[in-house]
Amino acid sequence: MSPEKEMEQLVNKKTGKEYGRGRSPAQDAFREFRRNKIAVAGVIFVTLVVLVAIFAPVFTPYSFAQQNRYSNRQKAFTGYDITTDFAEENCHWYNTPLEWGCTFYIAGSDPLGRDLWSRLIYGARVSLAVAFVASSVSLIIGMIYGTISGYAGGKVDMIMMRIVDFLYSVPLLPIIIMMTVYFKALARRGVTTGFMGTLIVLNRATGGLFFVFIAIGALNWLGMARQARGQVLSYKEKEFVEAARAIGAKDGHIMMKHLLPNVIGPLLIIESLQIPGYIFLEATLSFIGLGVDPPTPSWGAMINEGYGGIKSNPHLVLFPGIALALTTLAFNFMGDGLRDAFDARLRGRK
Amino acid sequence: MTKNNTLVRVEHLVKHFPITRGIVFQKQVGAVKAVDGVSFNIRKGETLGLVGESGCGKTTTGRTILQLHKPTSGKVFFQDIDLTEASEGTLRELRRNMQIIFQDPYASLNPRMTVGRIIAEPLEVHNIGSPKDRRDRVQELLRLVGLNPYFVNRYPHEFSGGQRQRIGVARALALEPEFIVCDEPISALDVSIQAQVVNLLEELQEEMGLTYLFIAHDLSMVKHISNRIAVMYLGKIVEMADRDVLFGNTLHPYSIALLSAVPLHNPAEERKRKRIILVGDVPSPANPPSGCRFHTRCPIAEKRCEMEDPEFREYEPGHWVACHFVEKAQQKMK
Ligand SMILES: Nc1ncnc2c1ncn2[C@@H]1O[C@H](COP(=O)(O)OP(=O)(O)OP(=O)(O)O)[C@@H](O)[C@H]1O
Ligand code: SF4
Ligand SMILES: [Mg+2]
Repeated sequence: MSPEKEMEQLVNKKTGKEYGRGRSPAQDAFREFRRNKIAVAGVIFVTLVVLVAIFAPVFTPYSFAQQNRYSNRQKAFTGYDITTDFAEENCHWYNTPLEWGCTFYIAGSDPLGRDLWSRLIYGARVSLAVAFVASSVSLIIGMIYGTISGYAGGKVDMIMMRIVDFLYSVPLLPIIIMMTVYFKALARRGVTTGFMGTLIVLNRATGGLFFVFIAIGALNWLGMARQARGQVLSYKEKEFVEAARAIGAKDGHIMMKHLLPNVIGPLLIIESLQIPGYIFLEATLSFIGLGVDPPTPSWGAMINEGYGGIKSNPHLVLFPGIALALTTLAFNFMGDGLRDAFDARLRGRK
Repeated sequence: MTKNNTLVRVEHLVKHFPITRGIVFQKQVGAVKAVDGVSFNIRKGETLGLVGESGCGKTTTGRTILQLHKPTSGKVFFQDIDLTEASEGTLRELRRNMQIIFQDPYASLNPRMTVGRIIAEPLEVHNIGSPKDRRDRVQELLRLVGLNPYFVNRYPHEFSGGQRQRIGVARALALEPEFIVCDEPISALDVSIQAQVVNLLEELQEEMGLTYLFIAHDLSMVKHISNRIAVMYLGKIVEMADRDVLFGNTLHPYSIALLSAVPLHNPAEERKRKRIILVGDVPSPANPPSGCRFHTRCPIAEKRCEMEDPEFREYEPGHWVACHFVEKAQQKMK
């Protein structure tokens, strides 16, 4: 076949549209992804949760910390028993079409008389912050570490990977729990100066989430570093990297332009599959009292607060439980969809 | 052979890949002797064909010449500059003059870059021209290698093997090099497309006065394009001569065997000719045979071949060979 003939075959004769404009591997994967209904549903749900979390004040009648000691432990879908003064003073929805919500418990209230619906919505912020910040931290640290290690090879690689192996063999979760306990104790003593003090202030500014980020990041970048290194090793030997060296490209250029763009896709997918785990880990830490500081609402902390009275007030556990389950499920569907989309592209390619 | 028209001079080039054991305390337990002392010159404007079976070290030779692998020992001179001693900066500058086309057209193009960016990359790396100049140059290069300049925004996976190899050629040409290592540029292609790519390379050579080291695993592929041919076996060159001399007066038993496998056009001659089928496998380059490396498979090997490594000598002017029993090979194998 002549080269001209070969080229003509790449032209879409009917529309003529495709002519000269290619689709990147990522665009191909995106098409594949859109065909996967469950994954799309996952994305839609996650997007909803993100929007609700960002605009939390719009979606909630009260602040997550607002107590009302006359109407505690209310069941869901029951009317308020509160004064107009209280509503006027504290309800965001007062004087809006949603005013009925000021005197109606959508999800009931907790033993302190806080509106559970408001706490659930604000709780989404915590879960999402963990999902995105912790995964970014673990992705960025792991990716940089693994890329350098894999690209450098030889002794550097050996030493860097033995450090990872060593950290893997250390039971990090108990250590992090102990450190968190220590930090919280310092925080209670009111230390605000020095290195520890800075950390404690940061932690307080994020409602106790800072340590959670550190804990999750520290636990998970190790795996990411290994994955990144593996990916880099598989690409490093490819001829296009050799070609870049042959034209005189420097190491930094090769890493940024040739290795990272190729390894980041698979790593993002691996990372997105970890997100449900992060959300659960935050819930777990908060459940055992090592996560967010009260009154910051986290679904895990809410389950902890509610489970003592689970018989008489099941809604206190049920609602945060459902929120947690749906969100992690949505993230799971999304991650699986991403992986399948990219795998399908790889399968279809030579 | 006068010295001043020599572009590339390779002297006793050796490349061993260490074999290591152990995870924490790595120690070297051996070496793959991929290239084990090869010497040759490449003259300006000529094509030197390098032929040998898979795994004999052709790619390694090509890459070591370009310093993509650091040589274990030996020298490589390019325009009389010693590349093995050159600094990073000098080498980077010199890379504008020496390029490589790769064996595998699928692995040699970054799947995440458009064709336009792939071809413009050498220009970017060396800071040549404005972005607009580069775009123009990319289109020009695409046209030069017989591709539609419209395709700058396409990705490699949208092209056929032959087209990808043309993209690789365009990238190699971007810096207007003098010397190009063509590492089996046609082995991975369909037979029908092989001739097109070889013709393209020949046209380009004529137009731009290029010098090629043209690697292939079979003599029929280099017959057409080469001025001179070197035959390689297990990390060493066993015979080297002008193309016509090598085909007409083959000296080394290994070359004779390789040549007997090249199909002839004339059926009468084809029937008459003796086919030599080599028995046994190619020995491992990690543990090459003693003496002459070919003695385990050589049909005329004698005791001496096991003991003594034959010298690579100029048997007749311009015709180099490494064998103790050249005359015997002529009598027994032809
Ligand atoms: N980076 C490397 N590390 C270790 N061994 C290597 C490396 N590259 C090549 N080798 C070994 O060196 C020997 C020669 O390899 P090379 O790729 O040069 O062969 P080749 O003649 O190009 O073969 P082919 O025709 O299959 O391309 C082989 O045994 C190979 O396994
Ligand atoms: S030296 Fe001996 S073994 Fe080697 S090619 Fe010549 S005859 Fe054969
Ligand atoms: Mg090769």
